[in-house]
Amino acid sequence: MIRALYARLRLRERIRDRDAAVFGILLIVALVFPIVDIYIRGGTSDVSQATRAGYFVLLAIGLNVVVGFAGLLDLGYAAFFAIGAYTYALLASPQLASSPAHHAVHISFWILIFASMFVAAAFGAILGFPTLRLRGDYLAIVTLGFGEIVPQLFYNFDQWTGGINAVGLIDQPHLAFWLQGPWSGDGPLQIVRNFNFNGDPIAFYVLICILIAVAVVLVSNLYRSRLGRAWMAIREDEVAAAAMGINTVTTKLLAFGIGASFSGFAGAYYAADQSLVSPDNFLFIVSITVLVMVVLGGMGSITGVIIGALVLYFVVFYLIPGLPENAVNLANSVGLGSLTKKSGDWPGLAEEIGRLNFIIYGLILVAMMLLRPQGILPSRVREQELKHAAVQEEETVVEQA
Amino acid sequence: MGLADYGFYVLCAATVVLLATQAVIHPIQFAQVSIFGLTQGSIYALVALGYTMVYGIIELINFAHGDVFTLGAYIGATILGFFAISEGATTAINLIALLLVFPVVMLIMGGINVAIERVAYRPLRNAPRLAPLITAIGMSFFLEGIMFLWRGPATVHFPDILPQSSTTVAGIFFGIKDAFVVVTAAILVALLAVFINRTKLGKAMRATAQDRDAAQLMGIDINRTIAATFFIGALLAGAGGMIWGLYYNTVYYQLGFRSGLIAFTAAVFGGIGNIPGAAVGGLIIGLIAAYSDSYIGSKWTQVVVFGILIGVLVFRPTGLLGMRVPEK
Repeated sequence: MIRALYARLRLRERIRDRDAAVFGILLIVALVFPIVDIYIRGGTSDVSQATRAGYFVLLAIGLNVVVGFAGLLDLGYAAFFAIGAYTYALLASPQLASSPAHHAVHISFWILIFASMFVAAAFGAILGFPTLRLRGDYLAIVTLGFGEIVPQLFYNFDQWTGGINAVGLIDQPHLAFWLQGPWSGDGPLQIVRNFNFNGDPIAFYVLICILIAVAVVLVSNLYRSRLGRAWMAIREDEVAAAAMGINTVTTKLLAFGIGASFSGFAGAYYAADQSLVSPDNFLFIVSITVLVMVVLGGMGSITGVIIGALVLYFVVFYLIPGLPENAVNLANSVGLGSLTKKSGDWPGLAEEIGRLNFIIYGLILVAMMLLRPQGILPSRVREQELKHAAVQEEETVVEQA
Repeated sequence: MGLADYGFYVLCAATVVLLATQAVIHPIQFAQVSIFGLTQGSIYALVALGYTMVYGIIELINFAHGDVFTLGAYIGATILGFFAISEGATTAINLIALLLVFPVVMLIMGGINVAIERVAYRPLRNAPRLAPLITAIGMSFFLEGIMFLWRGPATVHFPDILPQSSTTVAGIFFGIKDAFVVVTAAILVALLAVFINRTKLGKAMRATAQDRDAAQLMGIDINRTIAATFFIGALLAGAGGMIWGLYYNTVYYQLGFRSGLIAFTAAVFGGIGNIPGAAVGGLIIGLIAAYSDSYIGSKWTQVVVFGILIGVLVFRPTGLLGMRVPEK
């Protein structure tokens, strides 16, 4: 018995260690990456790429609250991303001058990022309130419909949003005046090198890292709170959770709203970083990509979804688009250069490999799920539950035999 | 009857009144739009049946189903190309080719869907619930990728081999094509109903949908029954793809995504898991889309269709027919 207890303690220790180790590695990589990259590659294009990966990480962390913690399937998460992005885009760009309002609005990024968060959370609550009392899958379908409607509305209300022409010239964030001082300028005390976001990818990179760190702290505290335990109880057995006195509708609504608020938050940041927001950026494929990141990383595990988001981002936006070029280089170097030319039905190697994108992405998804249905770094709690369920099933089978 | 029910009836009544006004003002246009809606709806119904059957039996939103439908049209177009058909004319060869190719495409699609089930869904039967959903999305990308690789990004021409003749009754235009679509779909749905209600395998499918474990204890081979469900769903999707191609004469590789979502909406509309519901839901969604296209504007159709989807789920979570929804 003492041995069993000891083993359990060791297990507990390991759980803490693994997450701490992953966070430590991520932190070091986040710090070292821009320095090394700029030193080696001599440009900041990879840093911008990493920044773009950053908002997928934020989205995955937010969706993990909905899907991983509370077990609610959200297939329209990009809608809240769009709402956050457009909230910022409309209130911090010249766009409204050409709309029926006739006045451009320019509100500070630091106010709007919270405003976007609340607007997205409000839409989450409005959508969730009537639907969260329904069966689990219906929520998935309602969010799917919502995710299809929102970009279409941004298209259709083109008087306000510019429709297909997108909203451009969106303001960049400015540091608050109390953060600017002798240390931030060109003076002798310069510590923060002219940190002013004007097209500087490093500034955006630093900001997204800070935002992700804040999000991680918030979400892991939520996970360990009373609310987090209520979410897990609902995920495992809603009827039992309700019998234990958990108000399931409010709890689910909170999960949905908090998840949406992360998406709105990421949206505002996205609009500021890209400086251009078009309805095309928020289609179903975005919701699906974020969902795949969460499932691939390991639902319910914060480190897991961060890793999942980074891995999938790397594969989808870096590896697969880079394939045609690499294939052409390979063909040239092994003396098959003639393959790269276009002839007859053969569209040329680069084009042909480019056409394989969908197939490769699809096969990766299927293979990943078949090999590791629980995700790359599953949450230990869930892993134990799954194992437990499997053992129980085996036991019943044995009993039957 | 709660407040939600009243809201639902008020919405329905308002829609009916608005449509009735249109019907009185422009009866011919209204009839024409309705015919188009029913034609379109018949195709949605065929696809929706596949969604609803699969959902009913393994609770999976089969995202690849819309692409199976599109692939059916692609394969049909290719096989028809082997025949000495003459487009835009009515010849014996056209008729023979059609009668031969139609069932062949259905069977090919059935086989492909069973293979997909075997590779991507069966190994995950006891995995976390989201895992098969992700593989379904993966298979959807894979099928789209295959079509893209095969015929490229442009639209693909589908041979126009149906008779072009039409009649005009009281100013309303009736084409042979419309009749072909509606009649074929109706025959297939009737065959499906007979199959589900009268055969042993149909009974096994209903039993498995109701309670998989109990069905297994009664000696039903679950894997075989689920494979059969995928097979039949794909037969209908393949037929839908053929009909779509014959009617519109053009397909493109991403067609399955949007029409799949609309067909899925139709399945939800009729109460997901409910087979007659999916057929009726398909027709209704087809009509709604057609009315919305001509009376509101086609750019609003998507908003209308998905808005209705949300409305139905909020006011009438069991679907429009409100019956026989498997609750698990």
